[in-house]
Amino acid sequence: MWIAYKTIVVKEILRFTRIWVQTIFPPIITTSLYLLIFGGLMGERIGDMQGVDYLHFIIPGIILMTVIQNSYANTVSSFFLAKFNNSIEELLISPVSYWVILLGYISGGIVRGFVVGLGVFIAVSFFVELQIYNIWIVLMTFLLTAILFSLAGFINAVFAKSFDDISIVPTFILMPMTYLGGMFYSVEILPEFWQTLSKFNPIYYMVDSFRMGFLGSSTTDLLVSMLVLTTMIMVLAIVAFYLLKKGVNIKT
Amino acid sequence: MLQALSISNLTKTYANNMKALSSVNLSVEQGDFFALLGSNGAGKTTMIGIICSLLNQTSGEVLVLGKDQTKHLNEVKRMIGLMPQEFNFNPFEPVEEILVNQAGYYGIDRSSAKAQAEILLKRMELWDKRLDMAKSLSGGMKRRLMLARALIHQPKILILDEPSAGVDVEIRRSMWKFLRELNDQGMTIILTTHYLEEAESLCRNIAILDKGKIVEQTSMKKLLARVSQQVLILESTEQLPDILPALDFKIERLDAYSIQVSLNDVNISQALIALSENKIEIEHVRSAQNRLETLFLRLTSKAG
Ligand SMILES: Nc1ncnc2c1ncn2[C@@H]1O[C@H](COP(=O)(O)OP(=O)(O)O)[C@@H](O)[C@H]1O
Ligand SMILES: [Mg+2]
Repeated sequence: MWIAYKTIVVKEILRFTRIWVQTIFPPIITTSLYLLIFGGLMGERIGDMQGVDYLHFIIPGIILMTVIQNSYANTVSSFFLAKFNNSIEELLISPVSYWVILLGYISGGIVRGFVVGLGVFIAVSFFVELQIYNIWIVLMTFLLTAILFSLAGFINAVFAKSFDDISIVPTFILMPMTYLGGMFYSVEILPEFWQTLSKFNPIYYMVDSFRMGFLGSSTTDLLVSMLVLTTMIMVLAIVAFYLLKKGVNIKT
Repeated sequence: MLQALSISNLTKTYANNMKALSSVNLSVEQGDFFALLGSNGAGKTTMIGIICSLLNQTSGEVLVLGKDQTKHLNEVKRMIGLMPQEFNFNPFEPVEEILVNQAGYYGIDRSSAKAQAEILLKRMELWDKRLDMAKSLSGGMKRRLMLARALIHQPKILILDEPSAGVDVEIRRSMWKFLRELNDQGMTIILTTHYLEEAESLCRNIAILDKGKIVEQTSMKKLLARVSQQVLILESTEQLPDILPALDFKIERLDAYSIQVSLNDVNISQALIALSENKIEIEHVRSAQNRLETLFLRLTSKAG
């Protein structure tokens, strides 16, 4: 069990590090540039938000966005490709349980999210003095976010039948949800209606508690955020496990 | 004795209502070298897919070394090694890693896996390629890679789905030699082929699958005995007499100049002498048809 799990995780890590020019480097560069130009130059005009200057305000959200995108991208493309080139059969003929397969892929997504997120953090810290209010909140939120979106990517891959299908969800659902989740603004500045609507967006809770970890201020209870994320993870994990066990689009 | 593989009433209907297997019964003894013969679309790959847990059966039972596949899934998986018909590895993974990862899925630790991979890669003449990406290998090398991968966890039963497809003659011979060695060491080998020569030269027992049904299961020896009769077409220099002589072998008239003879105990020169004594001079002899091929066609069209 343990060896099989380790094998999948190492294989996953090697897979994205082998193509680091596509998987690690670009998100770090673009996100850092984005932050410095958008937050640094425009931020001065925007002024303070949630009690801090705008640049410091958006850094946590943007790092988290990179984590979301990369954890998702890793499992969705890796599992879809395994279906596409039939190498998924290597796992299906072996005595590896579905939980181990799922955990292996999710762990791969977490590591990719961590590497890229940390990369952005380090790159940005060359230009901006970053403070962390509570590292444990930061790490905990990172972990829950990475797990949640790795799972979502996995489920997307199960249903995907073509390469288009693995970019539709990120573009049309993930991006808008991320942008509307309070990445660039504090939901406090929104009209009441939009504030309420934001509470149905899971990304709002992640961004809020991630920001809490960096800045020490939040707009919702940390415990509520953790609860929302953990519940969502459990739901998606059960769905993903069920799909895998049923062999949906894998076993006819 | 415990059967290596025992299949009963196996049926598979695909989602599009295509019935690929209908109530198949089959058993393979331990240590056997077994051929599953059938033309394209007969259902061979489907059957193997079910045995190897790549497909779900519609109904029926599969026992591997006496273990019910659905009840002892992981135990059954450990006993089987599969070399599939289509390439099913990640082409961007290095050769050695494909083997070591596969071993990992079976719970074999990295250092033992590497040692086993080295033996297999050397045997398959792929050792020099161990660090290359799988996609850079030639077709024959890719097949050998899949054979090595099938053996990495030292299975008791090796299943090969059309192992010779796309492999050139020389490599095919050396692969056959290797398979015979494995079988001599006690490994049960089951291969599918639509290629009679392969079954004839390797296998002891055989089943013929046609349109999802087993139309014959017998030993290679018995099958060959049934085709030991030699059927020849003889052409005479002159027009044949109206009444053909009665001889120790069967003679049939084909046209004014040619006859077909079926020889069992008589050899061709005895037959020619006998005909000559009856004033029939033969100038040309040819074989009626490939014997096995004929039998195969007869068996498979019977079912249709
Ligand atoms: N996934 C599938 N969906 C529907 N029909 C299939 C599928 N796979 C195979 N078949 C059909 O099932 C029959 C048996 O196929 P297969 O087992 O691949 O035969 P063989 O390996 O003997 O050539 C064929 O008619 C084939 O078209
Ligand atoms: Mg086939």
